[in-house]
Parts: sequence; structure tokens; C-alpha cells
Amino acid sequence: MTDLTKLTLAQARDGLRAKDFTAPELTEAYLAAIDAADALNAYVHKTPEIARQQAEFAQTRIRAGMSPDLCGVPLGIKDLFCTNGVPSQAASRILDGFKPPYDSTVTEQLHKQGAVMLGKLNMDEFAMGSSNETSCYGNAVNPWRRGNEATALTPGGSSGGSAAAVAADLCAAATGTDTGGSIRQPAAFTGIVGIKPTYGRVSRWGIIAFASSLDQAGPMTKDVRDAAIMLRAMSGHDPKDSTSADLPVPDFEAMLTGDIRGKVIGLPREYRMDGMPGEIEALWHRGAEMLRDAGAEIRDISLPHTKYALPAYYVIAPAEASSNLARYDGVRFGRRAKLSQGDGITDMYEKTRAEGFGPEVQRRVMVGTYVLSAGFYDAYYNRARKVRALIKRDFDLAFADGIDAILTPATPSSAFGLGEMANADPVQMYLNDVFTVTVNLAGLPGVSVPAGLDTKGLPLGLQLIGRPWDEGDLLNVAYSLERAAGFMAKPAKWW
Amino acid sequence: MAIDTETARKVARLARIRVEEERLPALAREFDAILGFIEQLNEVDVEGVEPMTSVTPMRLKRRQDVVTDGNRQAEVLLNAPDAREGFFAVPKVVE
Repeated sequence: MTDLTKLTLAQARDGLRAKDFTAPELTEAYLAAIDAADALNAYVHKTPEIARQQAEFAQTRIRAGMSPDLCGVPLGIKDLFCTNGVPSQAASRILDGFKPPYDSTVTEQLHKQGAVMLGKLNMDEFAMGSSNETSCYGNAVNPWRRGNEATALTPGGSSGGSAAAVAADLCAAATGTDTGGSIRQPAAFTGIVGIKPTYGRVSRWGIIAFASSLDQAGPMTKDVRDAAIMLRAMSGHDPKDSTSADLPVPDFEAMLTGDIRGKVIGLPREYRMDGMPGEIEALWHRGAEMLRDAGAEIRDISLPHTKYALPAYYVIAPAEASSNLARYDGVRFGRRAKLSQGDGITDMYEKTRAEGFGPEVQRRVMVGTYVLSAGFYDAYYNRARKVRALIKRDFDLAFADGIDAILTPATPSSAFGLGEMANADPVQMYLNDVFTVTVNLAGLPGVSVPAGLDTKGLPLGLQLIGRPWDEGDLLNVAYSLERAAGFMAKPAKWW
Repeated sequence: MAIDTETARKVARLARIRVEEERLPALAREFDAILGFIEQLNEVDVEGVEPMTSVTPMRLKRRQDVVTDGNRQAEVLLNAPDAREGFFAVPKVVE
């Protein structure tokens, strides 16, 4: 039998329906692959018993001929999603031992459709990071290496475990979340596809909050078709999330025609950054040529406030985080610090949060506290929200001018070595999100598509940004780009 | 604007995160680097721009004001580090 773990989600679905193999066989193949891949540290809580039970049940549905797309398909779930009775701790010590008695809306929807959960995936603590190095479980490792070098590379972050797991065939697909680039950057670093949908497309209920006005969940998959299938399964209105959009969810897969003739693709000149590696610039040009060859019109556009997106993000995201993370007080869930004789309630809060939060989370909570504090609220927080409005207006104007999608690089580099940024100041790490963060601030859908390898043999991604609620058209452009780029490389197995 | 040790101490206290005295100068320098980066926002002309409140133009939905859930004391207390007699337990708050 062929190695079932190599199948795409669509191939697995079709094979299950055609009875080429069973859901329990498919699940066992993944469970064996996962146990042989501990060196990647992608899974932080394995759930083989749950997976086997779900696979058996899925098989009865498949046998009855009543199977949704994801029925019997094994998935990995980012640790940020609450999963009933299974540790869900956002890779933070402060949620040590937390087992929610409920599921997030997304995981509930996936379970109802028959998806199989293989386990929980590594990530940066509270999704704050771009390299998976802030995780309390230790970092996940990129299955890709620089040629024959043994240097361990980052899978990116924050959804680094999800990216590593998909790239190494440790699940058919995975859930991710994206606040500033946390789906798209790791997807680019590992040669897979990741889409952040329009804000409000996917319910945030039961996903541990980082910055509520920016957070969106989305799929991380082996190809664009899989992203279309899984996005549909994750989307939909949820009364439990007041920002969830009450809009019909189209059949995204059916919209993948590959025909993009007449589409207008914008290339924003502000994304041509000083010091951008030549390989990235060349890849960007090649991507534009591929879309032109497929019949699209390429147009230079301007998004003048791009430069201010990262600084605006580093006011808004920490401000919202400082508010969201106030709930970790050692009272209702998670960890409480050991107290000394005579310690009062403030000592309990302060000690619990000092030992429960890692350095990056502490830093962001404190920056957020500062920008929201009396006397600074207008100068920082309100100013950042005004700049955010201008960033969104840049996109609105481009789309009003007839632009259908915008093509940019996904990241300013390929995957870097774990520990290489250890002595850099925090701002250096933040620059990883320079091409992706605008999309969160404007609430738009953005997808990262693997488009080539650099001279070190590492994958590089291109990003496509679409109009709000037009994920179907956006994925179709991505599909056309994917076919033209013909990216088929897989990491050589060393783990 | 330079963040001094005193400001770092104040922010840590507001955020309810204990920071040891010897860590404060380094923390102040980190804040300084981040806030220096943020200062770029002062270059932008924001005259007459409304601060964004919602990224998609939507009205928050209303729902019926009815009880839809409840009687889950055991589940609510399940994850508490210290729960006693149906309550969350904390150190003494009032003397």
C-alpha cells in the first residue's frame, strides 16, 4: 500500500469514499508517523485514544455513504484551541493542567463533520512570536534543512507546530491562528499553504484570545485545494462570537477553476523594502509573470501607509493582549504560584503571572498596559487606531480602483536558525511580519502559497491578499499560482 | 522618550507582574526600544481620522436576554487551583 500520510486532504477524502482504505488505517498511519517524529516536537499532547475512537465512528458514517469532506480525515489542532477534556494551554506555563470541559466552535464543527484529532500542536506562547521559541514546551523544529547542514531551523511562528506537522506529513492538515502573520509566515517557512480568512469568517469562540480585533483561525494544508475544503469546514456564523459574520459560506473548492483571465493583480510598491534579499524580489517578479501568463493583468499600486503597519500593530496587539490576559490571575483556572506566609491577594496575582508568563508575553502585557495607561492612551492607542483606519483605507481604495488581488512576498527571508535571533532586540523579530501584518489590521483574507526554493534549498512563499469575503476568488488565484509555480519539493526525512 | 526604572516598576505593578529590582533597568531598555519603534506613528497625519472601532462595518448582533445555560458549578470549578465548598478560594482579602 502507498504511504497514506503522503496523501493530500482531498486525496484522503476521495480514497476513503472509494473504500481504497479505511479511516482507522489512515489514522494508524499518522499515529505511527507522529511517534517516529518526536525530534520535530510538533505534537505537544498526543491523543491516540480519541483519534482511534473518532476514526472508528467516521468509518461507520463512510460505510453508510453519509460522509462530509472531512469525515475520517486526521487533523492536528493548534494548542490555542480549547478541546474538551484535552490539555489546551496556549503553550504557556500559566495554563498548566488546564483541561476545558468544552470545545471551541471550530473544533466542534470539525468533530461533527467526522474529522479525527491526532493531538495538540506546538506554538509560541499565547501565539506571541515568529519562531516558536517562546513555547513552554520548547520550540518545534522545521523539517526542512539547509542542504546537508544539520542546523535546526525554525518552522516559524506562532503556528510553528502546525506548519512542521503538515510539512512532515504528521497530519492531513492542521488548524492555525493568525494575529499578525502566524499562519502565513510558518506556512512560507515550511513550503505549505496557509490562509487567514476575512475577520469574522471563522468563529473565535473557544480559541484562547491574544488580540481579539486581529485574531482569525484558518487552515494550514498541503495545497490550495485542501485549504479550500478545510476553510469551508471551519467557517460559518456562530452566535457565541458577536464578531462572527452572518454570511453564507460558499463551496470554496468548487470555485477553483484555475481561470483567472481578466483578473487585475496589484503589486504594491511599498513592499519593495530596503535590504530585501534579491532572491525574494526575483521570486516576487516570477510570481507576477506567472499570473500574467495565466491571463491576469498586472498593475503597480500604492499602499502608502504600509510602513506604519508594524508600529501600529505593536500598540494595538499588546493593548488588547494586556486586557485579554488579565484573566490569568491564578484564581479560576491554570496555575497559581506557591505563596509565602502572609502573602496577600496582590502577591498571589504578581507571583502567579511572573512565573506563569514567559518573557515575551510579560513584555507585551506590560507594553500594552503602558500604552493604555492614563496620559498615554491618546498618544499611543488612539493614534494607532487612526493609523489602522488609514491602512485599511489604502486597501479599500486599491480594491475600488478595480484590483482583484494583491501579490506580495510572504516573508522577508527563508527560515532562520533556531537561536539565531536570541540576542537581537525584540523589534528585529517583529520585522518577520512586515508583509503579513497589514492584512490583519485591515481584516482582509491573505494566503501564503509556496512558490520556490532559495539557494540554500529552503522554501519561499508568496502572499496573495483578497477583497473582504472573497476567499473563493482569492483561493482561485492562489490555485492558478500554485499550478504555475509547480512547487513539489518535500523536505528530506532526517527525523 | 526614555523609559526610566521608575516607570518600568510602575508598569509592572499595573500589569500585576512581579519583576525583581535588578531586572528593572533591562526591562526599561526593552520598553525603550519598542516604544522608539512605535514613535514612527507620530510622522503620520491623522488629522480628522476617526479611530477604528471595527474592521468590518457591522452592527453587533442582539440576542434575547434569556438564560441559556447554567447549573454547571462542578465544571466551572473543575480547573480552579483552589476550590472549596463550591467557591474559588483566595488569600484573605479583608482584615
